[in-house]
Amino acid sequence: MALAHIWLPRPRVLRYLAVRIAQVIPTVIAIVVLNFFFLRLAPGDLAEVIAGEAGSATPEYMALLRQQFGLDQSVWVQFVNYVKQLAQLNLGYSFRNSMPVLDLILSRVPNTAVLMLSSLLLAVSLGILFGAVSAHWRGRWPDAVLSAVSTVGFATPLFWVGLMLIVLFSVELRWLPAGGMYDLEHDLTGFARIADVARHMVLPVLSLAFFYIAIYTRLTRSAMLEVQELDFVRTARAKGLHPVRIALRHVLRNALLPIVTMTGLQLGTLLSGSVVIETVFAWPGMGRLAFDAVFQRDLNLLLGVLFFSSFLVIVANLLTDFVYAILDPRIEIR
Amino acid sequence: MLLAAGAVAATGVVLSRPLSAEPGRADTIPARGGTLVALLDPEPAGLVAGISISAPAVAVSANVFDGLVEYGDDFALRPSLAESWESSADGTQILFRLRKDVSWHDGKPFTSSDVQYSLLEVTKKTHPRGNAVFANLIDVEVPDPHTAVLRFSRASPVVWAAFNGTEVQILPRHLYEGTNPLTNAWNAKPVGTGAFVFREWVRGERIVLERNPSYWDKGRPYLDRIVFRTVRDAGSRAAALETGEAQYGVMNPVSLAEAQRLRGSSTLTVQTRGFEGPAPLYFFDFNLRRKPFQDIRVRQAFAHAIDRDVLAKTVWYGFAKPASGPIPSYQSQIYAADTPQYRFDPQKAEALLDEAGVKRGADGVRLRIDHVPVPYGEDYLRAAEYYRQALKRIGVELTIRNFDLPAYLRVIFTNYDFDTHSAWYSAYPDPQIGVQRRYWSQTIKKGTPSSNATGVADPAIDAVIEKIQIEDNVDKRRALIREFQRLAQQEVPSINLLELTFFRVYASRLKGVDLGPFGSYQSLKTVWFGA
Repeated sequence: MALAHIWLPRPRVLRYLAVRIAQVIPTVIAIVVLNFFFLRLAPGDLAEVIAGEAGSATPEYMALLRQQFGLDQSVWVQFVNYVKQLAQLNLGYSFRNSMPVLDLILSRVPNTAVLMLSSLLLAVSLGILFGAVSAHWRGRWPDAVLSAVSTVGFATPLFWVGLMLIVLFSVELRWLPAGGMYDLEHDLTGFARIADVARHMVLPVLSLAFFYIAIYTRLTRSAMLEVQELDFVRTARAKGLHPVRIALRHVLRNALLPIVTMTGLQLGTLLSGSVVIETVFAWPGMGRLAFDAVFQRDLNLLLGVLFFSSFLVIVANLLTDFVYAILDPRIEIR
Repeated sequence: MLLAAGAVAATGVVLSRPLSAEPGRADTIPARGGTLVALLDPEPAGLVAGISISAPAVAVSANVFDGLVEYGDDFALRPSLAESWESSADGTQILFRLRKDVSWHDGKPFTSSDVQYSLLEVTKKTHPRGNAVFANLIDVEVPDPHTAVLRFSRASPVVWAAFNGTEVQILPRHLYEGTNPLTNAWNAKPVGTGAFVFREWVRGERIVLERNPSYWDKGRPYLDRIVFRTVRDAGSRAAALETGEAQYGVMNPVSLAEAQRLRGSSTLTVQTRGFEGPAPLYFFDFNLRRKPFQDIRVRQAFAHAIDRDVLAKTVWYGFAKPASGPIPSYQSQIYAADTPQYRFDPQKAEALLDEAGVKRGADGVRLRIDHVPVPYGEDYLRAAEYYRQALKRIGVELTIRNFDLPAYLRVIFTNYDFDTHSAWYSAYPDPQIGVQRRYWSQTIKKGTPSSNATGVADPAIDAVIEKIQIEDNVDKRRALIREFQRLAQQEVPSINLLELTFFRVYASRLKGVDLGPFGSYQSLKTVWFGA
C-alpha cells in the first residue's frame, strides 16, 4: 500500500478535525472552571503549609503571606484574575518554588516526556509481540505463561515494582543507579552524559512499562482472536496465503485499531503512573511536580500543571481520532 | 544552656574562639576536596532561612549564610560574624563587635548596616516568629561599620536563643533594601557570607553549592562542592545512602525501621546528636473546648493509660525517650525533674474516670472520641494505633482520622475540629520560643499552625509564662521556668510523651560532622572525606 495514499489528508479528514477542535473549546473552558473551584474544596492553603513547615508562626506573618499570595481576596476576584492571566498565556507564579509556573512546567516536560514515551514505546512493542504470540498459540504453553505474567503485571502496584527493582539492581547487584536522572558528582558532557541518562532511565522505564505491557498484551491477544474469526481472514486462509502473512497483514493490522485508541487514552493514565514512578526514582518530571503541588496546596502550580496536562490529553485524543479516521475509512463525522 | 550564655555575655566576658570544632579528632588532619551529595526532603520554598524557614531550607542556607553566633556544646555561644558581644546591666542593650575581614559572595563588604537591616526589616517583619521573639527590639544603632548596638524597650533574655543563623539570618542589605524580602529574587539564588557559594538550583533535582575560596574562617571549608538532591521517597533515600550515591541524609532521611537496621552498617553512621537545639518534643493534646476533657481527672486518666516506655521502645524503635515534662531533660540548665508524673497504671486510670462520672456503658465503652495524628509519616500513625489499643483497655473508643498536611493544619489550628491530637513541636533552647506556644492563652490564635491547639487558658500558667518573658535575672527566670514545668505537668492540658531522638544518616568516611546542639542545622564547613 502506498504511504502517500494514507498520509495525504483528504477534505473529509480535515473537516472531521475542524469539528473535533471546535468541540474541544467548551471542554477546555470547563476544565479551567472546574479545576479552579474544585481545588479550593481541599482544606488548607499555601500560607498554612509554609507556616507549618516553618514549625510555627505569628498571625501577623500568616496575614502577610496570604496578602502576598492573593489569598486574602474573594474567590471570585481570584478567579477573574486567574482567567485574565490565562488569557495572556500566563500561568502565574509558584510561591512555594519561587519561580513562574510556566518555567517550572517547561523545565519538567522533557524529563517526563522522555520517560513516558520510552515506556510507551516499550510497552506497545512488547505488548503487541506478546499478545500476538499469545493469540497465535492460544491455549498452548506460551499463551499460559504470558497470561500469567500479564495478570501479575496488571495486579502489581507500580511503586512496589519500582522499589523491588531498586533493591535488586541498585542495592544488591549495584548495576544501576537507585534514582535521579544523572550523576550529580561528576559533570558529564556529550556521549557520556547521554549514556548516563540512559542508565538512570532503565529502572523507571521498566517499572512504568511493566503495567502497560500487561495491558497491551491482553488487548492485542483478544483483538487478534476476535479478528481471526472474521470472514475476510477465512477468505485469506481459503486463498492459501502464508499464515504469517495472514497474522501480520490481515489480523494484526485490523487488531491495531483498538490499540491505537488505547494508546491515546493511556497517555493520560501514563501521566498519573509517572507520578508514582517519578516519586520512587526521584525523577524530576511533571508527575512529581503535580504531586508536590497537591501536598503543598500550591494552587497556582497545580492549576498550571492540570491545565497543561489536560491540554496534552486533549491533543493526544485529537491525534488518536485523526489516526483512527485515516486507518478506518468507515469512521464518520458526527 | 543559653541562659548561661546570656549571663556570660551580660558580664561582658568575651569567649575565645575554639581552636577545633571537632573534639577528639585533633589527631586526624582534614583532607580537602570532594563533592558531597546530600539528600533533602521536601524541596525548600526558598534558600534563605531568614525568610522561608523549614528544616531543608535551613540545611542548605546554613552553608551559604553565617549567623552572628553559633552554639557549641552545652549551648555555649561561639563567635561567627560577631567576634564578641556585651550586654548592658539592665539587659536593654546588646553590643556586637563584628568581624572586619568578611565580604559577601558578590564581593561587597559585610558591615553593621547589614545587621541593622536584617534585624529590623527581615527578622522583625517577615520571620514567622521574629516579631514575637524580637517584640521588644526598638532599634539597631550602627556607630561604625563593625559595631551594632541593639536597643530593647525592656530586657528580652529570649533573644540569646535566636542569634544563630537559623532564627536570625544576616542578609545583604544592598540586595534587599527597597524590595519586598518575601519575593526578592535573591531568595532563590542566595548571596551570603558563608563557607559555600550558591551555584545553581534546578527545581526538583539539585541545589549545588561550591567552596567559598575567600571564606573568613581560614582553611575552611574542606569540601569542594555540596550537591543537595531532592528525593521524596524514604525507601529511595535509604537506597541512595546504601549504594553510596548520596553520603549525607539531613533529618530522619530513612524510616525508623530502616534506621535501626542501618545502625549495624559498617559504611553508614546513624547519628542522633545534633538535635538538642531544636529539641523535638512529642505530646498528646486534649481539645479543652469539649466537655469530657475539661475535667482534670479525665486528662489524668489518659496520662495514666499510655505506657510511654512501650511508645519509645516499640513504636519508636528506641529512637525516643519518655518525656517527664514540656522541656526535654537534656536541656539541663532549665529542666525541672521534680514535676508531677503519671506512671503507667490502667487501674488508676479507670478509677479516675469512674470518679469523674465517665462510666462504662452496657457495651463497656465509656467514651467515643476521635484522634488526629500529625501527618508526618507512618510513625505517628503507628503511635495513634497504640493509643487506640491502650485506651480501649480503659473503655475509651478512639477513631483515628488521618489527613494530609494542609488539611490537618486546617482541622487542628483553624477549625479546632478534634477531640484529641498528637504531634511534636520543637521546644528550642528557650521555652519562650518553643514551649510557651502550647500553654499560653495568648497563643490561642485561630489559623496559626503549631500554636496552642488545646485551647488551654489557665490563669496560673499564664501568669508564670508572662513573668518568664520579662524576668532578666537569670536565676529568677530559671526558677520561674521550673515553676512553669510543674504547673504544666499538674494541669495536663496536654500529655508530654516523648523526647524524640531525630537522626542524620551519613557515610562513615565523612569526618568532622558538627555534633553540637544545632549540628543538624549547622554548616558543613567542618566536614571532610576521610579514607
